[in-house]
Amino acid sequence: MLDINDLLNKLEAELKRVIVERGLVDPLMIGIRTGGVWVAEQLHQRLGIKDDLALLDISFYRDDFSQIGVNPNVKPSQLPQDIKGRDIILVDDVFYTGRTIRAALNEIFDYGRPNQVVLAVLIERDGKQIPLCPDCIGTSIIMDAGQRIKLTGPSPLSIHLQTLDAVA
Amino acid sequence: MTENIQLNSEGKLKHFLSIEGLNKTLLTEILDIADSFIGMNDQQIKKVPLLRGKTIVNLFFENSTRTRTTFELAAKRLSADVLSMSIATSSTSKGESLLDTIRNLEAMFVDMFVVRHAISGAAHFIAQHTAPHISVINAGDGQHAHPTQAMLDMFTIRQVKQDFSNLRVAIIGDILHSRVARSQIQALNTLGAAEVRVIAPKTLLPSHVESLGVNVSHDLTSGLKDIDVIIMLRLQKERMTSALLPSESEYFKCFGLTEAKLKIAKPDAIVMHPGPINRGVEIDSKVADGPQSVILKQVSNGIAIRMAVMAMAMQKQGAVG
Repeated sequence: MLDINDLLNKLEAELKRVIVERGLVDPLMIGIRTGGVWVAEQLHQRLGIKDDLALLDISFYRDDFSQIGVNPNVKPSQLPQDIKGRDIILVDDVFYTGRTIRAALNEIFDYGRPNQVVLAVLIERDGKQIPLCPDCIGTSIIMDAGQRIKLTGPSPLSIHLQTLDAVA
Repeated sequence: MTENIQLNSEGKLKHFLSIEGLNKTLLTEILDIADSFIGMNDQQIKKVPLLRGKTIVNLFFENSTRTRTTFELAAKRLSADVLSMSIATSSTSKGESLLDTIRNLEAMFVDMFVVRHAISGAAHFIAQHTAPHISVINAGDGQHAHPTQAMLDMFTIRQVKQDFSNLRVAIIGDILHSRVARSQIQALNTLGAAEVRVIAPKTLLPSHVESLGVNVSHDLTSGLKDIDVIIMLRLQKERMTSALLPSESEYFKCFGLTEAKLKIAKPDAIVMHPGPINRGVEIDSKVADGPQSVILKQVSNGIAIRMAVMAMAMQKQGAVG
């Protein structure tokens, strides 16, 4: 059973360590919609980040557009106009194939050239498809085929493991 | 049947030819997606990779600087390759030469046509005859429809007024020759505006105009009462084949929007115009450039709306099962 508070505590501690290690100055935190934003809201508060939380919607940067089309629930990204030279903490809920992070990095770089980006995710699961990996994690798990992680929130924030019916 | 040509088997947008036949959910989806493209203006690199590797041809059989440039910019911001062609129409054998043009462009592996044509139904005709993987967007056909203009107007209205359900909208001027007005009326009624009122001299109204779902007024002064949104139309001199009006100055006296007349509408009413404006014919410069005018906002919004429509029409088509 995954406990949200345990994971957040672990992720917070990891981030604190990496902020010192990599020398992050006045970092800008960016949450990826939707689950990543919920996790980022918690971390943003715990770490006392000065700048408002930035929100990223990667819908226009996905690599599967030709298969699934435009997400009708797309929301505008809310990033500061100038992120050139900034230290960024990018936050998502689950790291799975890595494709979301690729899309997110592409979008971030269209806003400007940051100094460095640190990736923090609540849960890293197996199934990576491209050579990216998180810098800070709450936990790492191996899942059965057909299992998926479902985050609900924003308050209360909770995690469930779901087994998809073979029929569904 | 003929309107379903706009949707694919999953009910998603495939061609965008007319507002008619599209429901409120789909129109709202266009507005919502356009909203997210507006956010892109904050990006240093104003481009998203959605249509990388796609080729879009702007086929303009009729001149239009504003529409063509905003379509072109929209395509470029979606990372598509775009080619703009201005083609003069020959008066004979239009059907044949049009199809020939299309076949030749298809042979160059084009993915989308954006069509502007002086004949009503031209975009529809191309959509019916083009290869199945190609999408067609109507950028204005004759006196029939100009759906992206109507949608950018709806977008601008929603930006300022948020909700359509309490809005009284007046469309003023040359309704008879206006494809923009037809599309606007359909869009406003589909999105649930409280009232659409057309204000024009009898000679500039189509017969049975009430059947479009509008109230009719022939007097600008009384017609502007309680109005939230004023849409002025251009007096289409080039389409006036018979003497429908005594003179331009007479028209301005009766139907031109001046500061004094604007005061009759609600105090927070906005003034719109699809452009190009005839200053001193349908609208006074003081109103066109005044604080209640959103005319230039309409132009900016045109890019986001056209991006939304192009992106939606280019999603996977012809899915089986």
